[in-house]
Amino acid sequence: MLDRIVFDLFAGLAILSAILVVTRRNVIHSAIFLITALLATAGIFLQLHAEFLFIVQIILYVGGIMVLFVFVIMLVNLDVALHQMQFRRQWWVGLLLAIALGAEATAAIYIGRLGLPGPETAPPASVLEPNTELVGHALFTGYMLPFEIASVLLLVAMIGAVVMAKRRT
Amino acid sequence: MIGTGHYLFLSLALFLIGVVGVVTRRNVIIILMSIELILNAVNINLVAFSRLVGSVEGHVFAIFIITDAAAEAAVGLGIIIAFFRNRETVLADEMDLLKW
Repeated sequence: MLDRIVFDLFAGLAILSAILVVTRRNVIHSAIFLITALLATAGIFLQLHAEFLFIVQIILYVGGIMVLFVFVIMLVNLDVALHQMQFRRQWWVGLLLAIALGAEATAAIYIGRLGLPGPETAPPASVLEPNTELVGHALFTGYMLPFEIASVLLLVAMIGAVVMAKRRT
Repeated sequence: MIGTGHYLFLSLALFLIGVVGVVTRRNVIIILMSIELILNAVNINLVAFSRLVGSVEGHVFAIFIITDAAAEAAVGLGIIIAFFRNRETVLADEMDLLKW
C-alpha cells in the first residue's frame, strides 16, 4: 500500500514536470521543471532498490548536468528567443507520430505482459539487498573494459567541449 | 507491490513526452533537455527489468547511460555556444547552413 502511494506520487510528479518541460515558453522554467522530473526519477530508482543509481542521479544529473544547462542558458541570449514562435509549424505531425509510437508500444507491452511474472511473483526485496557492493563488483570485474572505455569517452567529451566553446582568436 | 508493467508504462510516458519535445520545439536547449528525459526513461526501464530478473547488470548499464548523457550534454552545449557566437540564434530551424 505504501509502495503504491510512493510510486504514484513520484510517477505523477515525473510525468507532470516532464510535460511542463516541453511546454513552457521560458527556457529557465523548463530547466527548473527538468530538475523536478530528474529528482522524481531518482525517487523511482530508490523505490526499485537502486540506491547507488539514486545518489548518482542526484549528484551527476541534478548537481552536474543541470548546472551546465543553466550556465549555457545564461550565456545565450534569452530575450530574443522568448518572443518568437516556440513550436514548429508542423508540430501536429510530431504529435501524431508520438501518438502512433505510444499506441504501438502500449500494444507491445500489453501483449508481452502475459510473459512477465505478475507483482505477486516478483522477487523479494532481499534478493538485491547489498546493492552498491554488487554494482561495484560487477563494474570492476565483468564490466572493466566498458568502464575504461567510458572514462576515455568522458575525456574526449571534455576536450571536445573545450575546443567547441573556445573563442577563436 | 508494484509490478514491472507499471514501470514500463511510466517509462513509456516519459519517453513519449521527450519525443514530442524533440520533434516539436524550436529551441535547441529544450531539445537537449528532452533528450535527457528520453535517456531517463530508458534508465527506468533498465532498472525495472534488473529488479525483475534479480540481477544487478541493468544498474551497470544505467550508469553507462548516465555517463553518455553527461558527455552528450557537455559536447552539445559546447556546440550551442559556438553556434550562438556565429549566428546569434538558438532556434533549430534557423540552423540551415547545409541547406540549399
